Amino acid sequence: MAEIVLQGVTKSFGKTEVIHKTDVTIDDGEFVVMVGPSGCGKSTLLRMIAGLETTTEGEVRIAGKRMNEVEPKDRNIAMVFQNYALYPHMSVYDNMAYGLKIRKFSKDDIEKRVQRAAGILELGPYLQRKPRELSGGQRQRVAMGRAIVREPAAFLFDEPLSNLDAKLRVQMRLEIQKLHRELKTTSVYVTHDQVEAMTLANRMIVINAGVVEQIGAPLQVYDDPASLFVAGFIGSPSMNFMPGRRAGDGVEVGEGVVVPLPPGIRDKAGEQVTVGVRPEHFVAASGSGPVFKLHVDTVEALGADSLLHAGFNGTLLVVRIEGHATPQAGTALDVSIMPGKAYFFDTATGKRLKA
Amino acid sequence: MEKRVVFRSAWLPYVLLAPQLVITAMFFFWPAIQAVYYSFLLQDAFGMTSQFVWFQNYAELFRDSHYLSSFKTTAFFATLVATSGIFISLLLATMADSVIKGALVYKTFLIWPYAVAPAIAGVLWAFIFAPSIGIVTYYLKVLGFDWNWIIDPEQAMALVVIASVWKQISYNFLFFLAGLQSIPKSLIEAAAIDGAGPFRRFWTIVFPLLSPTTFFLLVINIIYSFFDTFGVIDATTQGGPGDATKVLVYKVYYDGVKAADLGSSSAQSVILMIVVVTLTVVQFRYVERKVQY
Amino acid sequence: MVENRPVRDAFAHAVLIVGIVIVAFPLWVTFVASTLTFDQIVTVPMPLWPGDQFMHNYTQVLTSGSEKGSSAPVGAMLVNSLIMALSISIGKIFISILSAFAIVYFRFPGRQFFFWSVFVTLMLPVEVRIIPTFKVASDLGILNSHVGLAMPLIASATATFLFRQFFMTIPDELAEAARIDGAGPMRFFFDVMLPLSKTHIAALFVILFIYGWNQYLWPLLITADESMYTVVIGIKRMIAGGDASNEWHLIMATAMLALMPPALVVVLMQKWFVKGLVETEK
Repeated sequence: MAEIVLQGVTKSFGKTEVIHKTDVTIDDGEFVVMVGPSGCGKSTLLRMIAGLETTTEGEVRIAGKRMNEVEPKDRNIAMVFQNYALYPHMSVYDNMAYGLKIRKFSKDDIEKRVQRAAGILELGPYLQRKPRELSGGQRQRVAMGRAIVREPAAFLFDEPLSNLDAKLRVQMRLEIQKLHRELKTTSVYVTHDQVEAMTLANRMIVINAGVVEQIGAPLQVYDDPASLFVAGFIGSPSMNFMPGRRAGDGVEVGEGVVVPLPPGIRDKAGEQVTVGVRPEHFVAASGSGPVFKLHVDTVEALGADSLLHAGFNGTLLVVRIEGHATPQAGTALDVSIMPGKAYFFDTATGKRLKA
Repeated sequence: MEKRVVFRSAWLPYVLLAPQLVITAMFFFWPAIQAVYYSFLLQDAFGMTSQFVWFQNYAELFRDSHYLSSFKTTAFFATLVATSGIFISLLLATMADSVIKGALVYKTFLIWPYAVAPAIAGVLWAFIFAPSIGIVTYYLKVLGFDWNWIIDPEQAMALVVIASVWKQISYNFLFFLAGLQSIPKSLIEAAAIDGAGPFRRFWTIVFPLLSPTTFFLLVINIIYSFFDTFGVIDATTQGGPGDATKVLVYKVYYDGVKAADLGSSSAQSVILMIVVVTLTVVQFRYVERKVQY
Repeated sequence: MVENRPVRDAFAHAVLIVGIVIVAFPLWVTFVASTLTFDQIVTVPMPLWPGDQFMHNYTQVLTSGSEKGSSAPVGAMLVNSLIMALSISIGKIFISILSAFAIVYFRFPGRQFFFWSVFVTLMLPVEVRIIPTFKVASDLGILNSHVGLAMPLIASATATFLFRQFFMTIPDELAEAARIDGAGPMRFFFDVMLPLSKTHIAALFVILFIYGWNQYLWPLLITADESMYTVVIGIKRMIAGGDASNEWHLIMATAMLALMPPALVVVLMQKWFVKGLVETEK
């Protein structure tokens, strides 16, 4: 087990810098999820930790040792790939044992470790099968087993659940959580799925276009997003954004509605301010605060709650309402923002305006 | 498409490539360069001295009516081999594709001639068409047709064409069959519902969809008839009677080995190389285009 | 499909059967002739049903060759053919799989150059460079030898391309997983790439075995010594004179012996053969 440190790390392909200067410390035993849209550089970052990509500048340290020039096999890490990368011609047992054989572990030791991993992952009955004779979920487990048997300093997961169907994904997510609880191995997990990130992470790293936008515990990031991007990316359905302009001590977001700015950020706000409201933070219009007069366009009744897509100032806002009692499509709806739940962003820089 | 960089070593890739490179350099590039060099030389009758004559060998070739007629013979031969081979194979493949039972059995019985060496194919057909004892010759005579390919130029050409086509049928057949099987059955059924009869369906749907295969086979068959049929010809007519079946590649061999005219034979080799390069480029241009679609 | 199924089906079967009969006819005649005496063959028309000379003719050619033409025993020729076919096919597979591995899995200076230099050899069939190649073989002192028969034909762009094509379809992650598992390039090659290439190797082997067995022009040039004849060359040497003076019963027995091994390979390994044929030409 070990801590992983990225210090001033950058990555360039030719002249294009795809990872801008990044500083991250992943504590021993921590489960960290790197999340961002596809192409944001999160996989590249992971592959730099693994040693599959070179580091252009800065330093990658695992367990306190500089790793930049160290071969992947000597970094004491194990990796789970999106397409599993199982050796198709080897049995499940041999797939898991391969890395140990190369490292010249004794036969008994290999047997012990593989059996133990197979026990944890419930792969016992399949040890002699070939990968093609397994279901997607089983293959996924073999890929994890291959990582576990090595007892490495860290697990690196590269979108490991993307090739599974929705139901299996949920199940495997729980298993990975359980696994981490048992093994307590430092883990770095890459995904584009913010639900996976929210549910798995001790801390998550939100990345956009090669830049780390925010690092923090999932709920902290959710409640206190650092930027327009993070606010929009984390949370489903996404936060509603209403671009507006400064009007006195508030922000005018259209149709004459002015959202008041809290005292602490009045001085920081410029002329162009975007107001963000999460769908669940709308409430039926009451005396306090500005009232949004919406026209319900479509209703998605999901059972436990309903999502209303409602027109305001030429765009559609999403409003989440609990329970079944919802307005019909085509009707009018007046809502206000829950007190203290409006987020303000500088439209030009995308940065959150905070007290 | 490129792999991501996976292994690094300063020397290993060169070691891995070495066997292929050494053999390629020794038996492909060096001889090819030599052929070009020899083609600029003129040797005396005893092969003792030679002088550098630039393009004289080439100039003489194109003044040589034998060489020009060999070009014509080759073109004629290649056209016959390619078109009749493609036609027969397409017919057989279409039929094999349409039958429900026994397709595999037919396939097995049609692919084995691929394994027969061109020279052996020549010997087999020369035997059944032998002027005095051949079994087919006998029946042709019964039908009032006098057959002797040893003295009749056209019959000699017919013999080498038959033997060459026979050997190549398997190859064409397999590619056509694969092509036919890759055409979605729903397309044919849609055409049937639109009211097209079997022949119309073939010409308006199947044949156009098969055209990439047909074009590919055309090029392959031309290359085949240019080079691989050497064995057929050497084992049967040896270019005769007269020069009736002396195709380009046979003439290279004959002038170089039998007549020991190094300069001229080399110049012919170089011209042949240019022909192959052209054909290969055409084929690859075409394959690339196919990939883009 | 819909209309007139029985009629069309019968027509298709008829065409195919006629086709097969025509295609097989020379083979049948050859077989029959190989079981007859010389006199039976030259009596026009020769019978179309096998005679009783099978054992006699085949024993004769296998052990002591023909009487008038080449007297080299065909048994020895078959051994030469087998050695040549095996060396060419195994040699080609060996050097091409290594070079394809180098080209696909490494980045090194000159990589593109080497790739293209292999590619260009596609355009240089042995027929267009016979005399200079003969000189090279002569300078190396490998005329009249098994090495000389096989080595110049071993370099193969096609096999290299096939392997390259196949390697490109193997996911990058497999090599990366092996790297993390601690396998170096050669270990990865032997433990993963070689087993995965099994079917491609089998398919190529069938095609290349036939290619090697059927070589004609090159052995014709460099084998002056009867003991080095391959069976395909041996037949040619047996055809000495005119129609009726050749020992057709022995020539036909030799022809059967020459064509059976590759034909059996094609028929028995049909699956690999078709795969090899279609894939090498892609």
